[in-house]
Amino acid sequence: MENVNNLRSQLTKTITRPIEKIVKLFITASAFAAILISISIIFTLLTEAINFFQDPAVTFKGYFTATRWTPTFQNPEYGVIVLISSTLYIAVIACLISFPLGLFSAIYLSEFATRRTRKVIKPVLEVLAGVPTVVFGYFALNWITPNIIQRFIPGTGVFNALSAGIAVGIMIIPTVASISDDALNAVPNSLRNGSLALGATRRITSLKIMFPAALSGIIASFILGFSRAIGETMIVTIAGGQYPELNLDPRSAMYTITSSIVNVSLGDTPHGTTAYNALFALGITLFIMTFILNIGSDYVARKYRKEYE
Amino acid sequence: MLPESIEKNMSNETLITGKKAENAIKESLFLFTLYICVTIAILTLMTLIYDVLSTGITRLTSDYEVGLITKIQIDNPVDFLTTLDSRYPDRAGIGPAFAGTVWLMIIVVFVTFPFGTGAAIYLQEFAPKNRLTRFIELNLTNLAGVPSVIYGLLGLAVFVRLAGFGRSVLSGGLTLTLLILPVVIVASREALKAVPDTIRQGALALGATKFQAVFRQVVPSAIPGMVTGMVLGLSRAIGETAPLIFMGALTYVNYFPDTPLSGFTAIPIQVYNWIGYPQAEWKETASAGIILLLGLLLIMNSLAIFIRNRYEKDL
Repeated sequence: MENVNNLRSQLTKTITRPIEKIVKLFITASAFAAILISISIIFTLLTEAINFFQDPAVTFKGYFTATRWTPTFQNPEYGVIVLISSTLYIAVIACLISFPLGLFSAIYLSEFATRRTRKVIKPVLEVLAGVPTVVFGYFALNWITPNIIQRFIPGTGVFNALSAGIAVGIMIIPTVASISDDALNAVPNSLRNGSLALGATRRITSLKIMFPAALSGIIASFILGFSRAIGETMIVTIAGGQYPELNLDPRSAMYTITSSIVNVSLGDTPHGTTAYNALFALGITLFIMTFILNIGSDYVARKYRKEYE
Repeated sequence: MLPESIEKNMSNETLITGKKAENAIKESLFLFTLYICVTIAILTLMTLIYDVLSTGITRLTSDYEVGLITKIQIDNPVDFLTTLDSRYPDRAGIGPAFAGTVWLMIIVVFVTFPFGTGAAIYLQEFAPKNRLTRFIELNLTNLAGVPSVIYGLLGLAVFVRLAGFGRSVLSGGLTLTLLILPVVIVASREALKAVPDTIRQGALALGATKFQAVFRQVVPSAIPGMVTGMVLGLSRAIGETAPLIFMGALTYVNYFPDTPLSGFTAIPIQVYNWIGYPQAEWKETASAGIILLLGLLLIMNSLAIFIRNRYEKDL
């Protein structure tokens, strides 16, 4: 084999044309662009964020301890805790919706559905995943709020954390469902058959055998769903409102990291101003949060893959 | 719960049937719960589509009440697609935004396709199995999970400011390219993976170089899969709103972009704008915009499915 390879490379050396070299260089460079994009994300976010913290009006301590986010006020305060808590709050509401719905849909798809039903439901979930987030925002503001939230909880404002959270939850159902479904399908059939053969019902098999066996994949889907909920922008911007102070009332408007990024950038933000730099400080805060979650999800998923190799 | 004495007195048989009945109830309850969960997901989608259609259809059908003097309202899809935005909800068209989206799509396709397929070909066919390659792959997975709003910040810093493209349709297109590049690379790799090894080996056995085998045999048979991935990536790009906000797409743009460096707005941005107005009539205009957006996505996804199906037959 070694000889054949040597012979071939000797033969082919003579017909390597310059165009091949150029093409090869191009495709190699394209692949390395992935690294370049990552580096430039971190670099741009970091440099502008550092500018932000060097501003005399901002202190590192104030960023993490102030309880108001009012960058455009006369006496601006930059309390990121307000934004982080709102972000997590809405993300938790979204998870309360999407985890059970997504997981149970996945269990139904992988354990109960016939081939034909699968063929119908899977594309529906794909369509749901493909709906632009601005459409979900519209739906949250114009349908969920008046028809569900305000009907059952009278007195809720037009902008509220609850409807934004529910809409974000609906948006991430397909993420949770499809990754959990993959995890359940990755469990060897022998486990399922063994359980059924021992007389366990399909419910017992799903809950006591399949669910634990696919648990790490399911957890990975939950973490990824949570990360997507944190990074979701348009739904919370449209339906979540802007309440710049610390509060934990689901009926009230909130102000997430992403919606404040959008709102700061809507105003006139020339390069070099504190508001402009604040965008990037928020950006890196968001990036770090989602990055840790994504790595965590990847780690958990990798662990479960090894179990059945 | 039964008292212990009675339970002991019962024959084994009744115990088993009792348990069986209880189990059967639990089984059906469980299955019912699963049904409910799946149904909620499907019903939500249907409600969403129904709500948008029933609200927006007035802008797109001509039995809309005609004004007293002359027909000035937008009442059919063609007018809606070609008219400029307006201060009045019933006269507002989506023309500039539609043109902006078409511009974005063209730029995204021309930049993403060569880089996306190129990277995929390198990683799948040429890359050595070493740490560096692993690192690139890890990077791609992580990039796919970065929130789109962060790509907007990157585009703002790199394309708008550093490269000096300004708040233009070119900056917007390039930003969307960065956003969907990881998706397109992964999809193109899948397409290459699906090409049977016999094709590679056959070409090599006939004396082709590695380069010839890849570019004359493997890539052509993977092209349909790559195009499918590209179309799916593109359909994600045209629905994106957040990254484009940083490209100045939200300022009042009411003209058709004529060069890559002119200002622009796009369909989702225009819809977002319209949602922001409090008057109820704007809701109808926003819904009409959403119908157009969902229609475009439907067309593109059908196209992807069509290509995928043809491709499966050929291999």
